[in-house]
Amino acid sequence: MATTTETKIVEKEPWFSKKERVLMTDPLLDNNPITIQVLGVCSALAVTSLVYPSVVMSIAVVFVCAFANLFTSLLRNMIPKAVRLIVQLVIIATLVTLVNEALKAINYPIYKQLSVYIGLIITNCIVMGRLEAFAMANKPWRSFLDGIGNGAGYGLILIVVGFFRELFGKGTLLAGSPVPMFIIGSGDDYWIDTTTPGQWGNTFFGWYANNNLMVMSVAAMFIIAVLIWWQRSRNPKLVDIS
Amino acid sequence: MSTKYIYGFAFAMTILVAALLAGSKVVLEPIAMKNEDIFNKRQILEAISTPLAAAGQELSSLSDDQVLEIFEKQVDQTVVSADGEPVDGMMAIEVDMAKERKKPEAERMYPVYEINFDGKSYYVFSVRGTGLWDAIWGNIALEGDMNTVAGVSFDHAGETPGLGAEIKDNAAWKAQFVGKKIYNDEGKFVSVTARKGGAIDKEHEVDGLSGATVTADGVTDMLYEGLKSYEPYMEDAETATTSMKLN
Repeated sequence: MATTTETKIVEKEPWFSKKERVLMTDPLLDNNPITIQVLGVCSALAVTSLVYPSVVMSIAVVFVCAFANLFTSLLRNMIPKAVRLIVQLVIIATLVTLVNEALKAINYPIYKQLSVYIGLIITNCIVMGRLEAFAMANKPWRSFLDGIGNGAGYGLILIVVGFFRELFGKGTLLAGSPVPMFIIGSGDDYWIDTTTPGQWGNTFFGWYANNNLMVMSVAAMFIIAVLIWWQRSRNPKLVDIS
Repeated sequence: MSTKYIYGFAFAMTILVAALLAGSKVVLEPIAMKNEDIFNKRQILEAISTPLAAAGQELSSLSDDQVLEIFEKQVDQTVVSADGEPVDGMMAIEVDMAKERKKPEAERMYPVYEINFDGKSYYVFSVRGTGLWDAIWGNIALEGDMNTVAGVSFDHAGETPGLGAEIKDNAAWKAQFVGKKIYNDEGKFVSVTARKGGAIDKEHEVDGLSGATVTADGVTDMLYEGLKSYEPYMEDAETATTSMKLN
């Protein structure tokens, strides 16, 4: 397996060099898997109606992406070319099954809520894309960082989308988590209680009900589209990348 | 790279991965089973969450141990057959409603949870039906008169968030069921109906869910069919209580 396109670095780099930091920060913004590469959109639509499941899903993807990259990179010179995709898939599937089992034991309600979507990380193009494009040709430590970066880039978008959907959809934030916050809604549990006369004037008495447009998956489409537009209008260089 | 190497690699990898996954399953499965048990028991207690909250025991603030303790001390679990006779040697929590539903009606078994609490008895019955996309299921609590609804809890396998999933997420909608009667004035079984456009008969109807008519109708059917299959048991229990009062 001497055919790998590994870049030979002549000079010894420091442990956490600038180049390596870029591996982690680049996928967060200028090379974001969702907004720039437009990968992994399916699960971004499905799990983002609340922030808390988005956070759990992000952690799961960061974990799977980082360790799949690490293991693939460690094995990159041993993996037979003919079956490399299957081997990659086995690595991802193993990690995803582990995450699924662990989640069942750690937090059963959230496991129920995310249901099939944890299992579907196996089919998330971001994970396999990184294995094929990066881990097969780079050293373990860099691959690991790249995995964290891409997982986090995906997670960042998930959490941003989840934030807007939950806040405007249900008027809460982090509902179902250990630290739920009730921001706006009809009821005295909420910070902004729209049923209290006077606060908004009697005209708007109890006006905030669930906004189903935001609760449903289509809202994620709108929010991701706005993010894509906003990101590219700020940095025109990104327009033709994808 | 020889074919032998490829086979060897695949074989070694399969063995390694299988061992790893089997090991993790053995370690984590018992914890997961316990979590599932607590999750199911919480769903049953959710049906009486209104009286629980009235007694200062908000379900969400109960710890897992407290839930198990309530089940240990205050819940009588029975399993009844289709003609209302108790079945010996089974705990209600062991009944898998999805499996029961596949059996012929005469052979089905139904779980009954009698929850004694605050000097009152509540009877929780499990029901299962079909929503728009997939299965829906729930628990309905009746007061000691076997007529007044004390509360409900619903869950679903795949209803649309914001629409059908409201049967689980919308606490205000579920709260409407409290105080409804499942028998009419003539003593005929009518169940509780979720009516599209809003309840007309306030005794036996609740508002439907806008945007989720099929799911709400599924709930109506589920409650009707589900509670109807408990009728023999309810009649037996009622005769028992009346005769007790006569004595």
